[in-house]
Amino acid sequence: MNRRSLPARAVVFATAALTLAACASAPAPGGDTATATSGAYTWWDPYPQHDASSAWAERVNACGRQAGVTIERTAYDTTALTNQALLAGQEGNAPDVILLDNPAVSTLADAGMLTAMSDFGLDTSRFDENLIAAGELDGKTYGIPIGANTLALYYNKKILDDAGVDPGSIKDWASLNEALKKVKAAGKKPITFAAIGTEEGSFQFLPWFWGAGAQLTRLDSPQAVEALELWHSWVKDGIAPNSVISNSQNTTWEEFLTGEFAFAENGTWQINSAEKAGFPTGIVQIPAKGGGVAPTPTGGEFITVPVQKDTQRYNTTKKILECMTTPEGLVETGTTFAYYIPSTADGQQAILAKEAGLKPWVDAVRTAKGRTSDNLGTDYPKISEALWTAVQKALSGAASPADALREAQAQAKQAIGN
Amino acid sequence: MAAPRTIAALDGRPAAQHARPAPRRRRSSQWTALAFLAPLVVYLLLFYAYPLYRNIELSLHDYTPRAFVRGDAEFTGPENYLDVLSDDTFVRALRNTALFTLVSIAAQYALGLALAVFFHRGFRLSVVLRAMFLVPWLLPLIVSASTWSWMLNSDNGIVNAALEAFGVGQINWLTSPDTSLIAVTIANIWLGIPFNLVILYAGLQNIPAELYEAAGLDGANAWQRFRRITFPLLRPVSAITLLLGLIYTLKVVDIIWIMTRGGPADASTTLAIWSYREAFGTGQPDFSPAAAVGNLLIVIAFAAGLVHVHLRREEGRP
Repeated sequence: MNRRSLPARAVVFATAALTLAACASAPAPGGDTATATSGAYTWWDPYPQHDASSAWAERVNACGRQAGVTIERTAYDTTALTNQALLAGQEGNAPDVILLDNPAVSTLADAGMLTAMSDFGLDTSRFDENLIAAGELDGKTYGIPIGANTLALYYNKKILDDAGVDPGSIKDWASLNEALKKVKAAGKKPITFAAIGTEEGSFQFLPWFWGAGAQLTRLDSPQAVEALELWHSWVKDGIAPNSVISNSQNTTWEEFLTGEFAFAENGTWQINSAEKAGFPTGIVQIPAKGGGVAPTPTGGEFITVPVQKDTQRYNTTKKILECMTTPEGLVETGTTFAYYIPSTADGQQAILAKEAGLKPWVDAVRTAKGRTSDNLGTDYPKISEALWTAVQKALSGAASPADALREAQAQAKQAIGN
Repeated sequence: MAAPRTIAALDGRPAAQHARPAPRRRRSSQWTALAFLAPLVVYLLLFYAYPLYRNIELSLHDYTPRAFVRGDAEFTGPENYLDVLSDDTFVRALRNTALFTLVSIAAQYALGLALAVFFHRGFRLSVVLRAMFLVPWLLPLIVSASTWSWMLNSDNGIVNAALEAFGVGQINWLTSPDTSLIAVTIANIWLGIPFNLVILYAGLQNIPAELYEAAGLDGANAWQRFRRITFPLLRPVSAITLLLGLIYTLKVVDIIWIMTRGGPADASTTLAIWSYREAFGTGQPDFSPAAAVGNLLIVIAFAAGLVHVHLRREEGRP
């Protein structure tokens, strides 16, 4: 009927084709991963620094080959990974395996995105209880740690020797303060840590918070105030630089590497870098207030298995998970990542046999504590936000430690109540 | 004459007149018109209307991560907005946004205009120098923001080192609640100057040189020439520069986030930072309040746009 000119028809056709193409191609890549790529297993992890030719990628592939499938690995940045995972969960096209930062496990488990390990018969009893606790929610385990890291105090041996401080003498807060004062008297900078207003700030504060005997369920307890007063006094008296308020753990580490600082609170992941520093280093465990070792928070990723429509896939996934967590496998992962401490007793024995120098770190991991433990689960991120805000307020002088923590407790209570 | 035309395009004046189609062919040419329009309409729907709709939808529901995955978020009506408005952070963020935005665009405009007038005189090396003023615009934000936060570092920053040479004590630019907003505002002003410089410089090219000659013959001095010729004739360009500056500055997240994360103690938290922090800055995304704050920002920017249109229309009347 309507006689269109040739160009007009061409344009209409082209537009229609383009629109169709756009509609058709948009949902396809995710829409039916499960059926389209039955030979390939999808794997997401937060290690973009390890590319396809890295030892880590090879290790993932080897476990896939052992289970008789190819693994398609995609790496995201840590925060992007959680968001990607939530989106994938919403669209129903989650990958077969996600390596998640441990505080995120309970968030995704609570969203109903993850399969419990017991649902496909994976034995979780061989993992250290304090480590696997971060993957537990309401009595079920939703992931297994592929390794663990935690915090300790690195020290610059040269500065301590010059100031006449014996690192072995640091047994409690009093002896630590004593050591810091000696360093200051010797004209060096005593300590640095990260009190940035993000999860890293809470992570770094927790050893002192727990070490004073405080609990995350009550942020304004007298013990909590003592812990914050310790940090506050350090910044106020010039024991720690003012920039700790905005420093991330990486920045802190860079500061330590300048050789100006006697102590730095940092993690297992800096072992290699510490060895390469231009001065001799060592570590001491973070002391608890009254003596002994303070519980440090565990860091590290968990292997989780998102829910799949095709439950047959779990059989293969189980094989991949087992391959990743044999004692040898854990040691290999641990050394690949320079360093991850294995999450099982066997694995820890095996890595110590190889590298005896890791002993203090293995001890630190054994006494460490999951942030989402004590069944805090999905409440932890909210409590943590209140906590780092309080640390920021107190150190910047916006509020006294006691007032800052009182406000934090009110904030956390309100956030959880919702 | 290229520059003035760019300005006209920025003003968004509808340009062309359409020739009326012959009645016999009206229907088919209507189809053609629709076909030409279709890609744009599809694009607008897909990339403007849908995200806006989604943002409003997010803000009217209670999207926890759990509800986000399951798609069963509870409809809460205006509750997120009421929560946001009654939050202590809101007043502080609104005040910070107002200070950050107004001080930023005022200083950017003043400095941009001063530089534009300066370069307009066209002296030797002026082109090279003008090009160098564009550097802040060309640098990736992560680089410039990191550089600023290094320069303003309390203990090792170059700014404090320079101040100490003059006997000023340590200023905790980024880590004191009294100065962190000032610090991020200074960095943002530096970032925005090139944009103002370029547009205002283009506007200056459009002012006929005869006017200055005539004024010179009448004995007007430099200040009078600026006050009576440059400034009034630059008004339309100034208005659009300020409006665009306002919209850009309202939504600034990256530079503040990199330098202070909105801290310490919310001292440099603007509405945009608050929205970003709720959605992506903590371990647990809170999309609904984040979307509510984001929508409030859209409303503010939209209101500024309406004021601009209104002022232009007033001006157009004889």
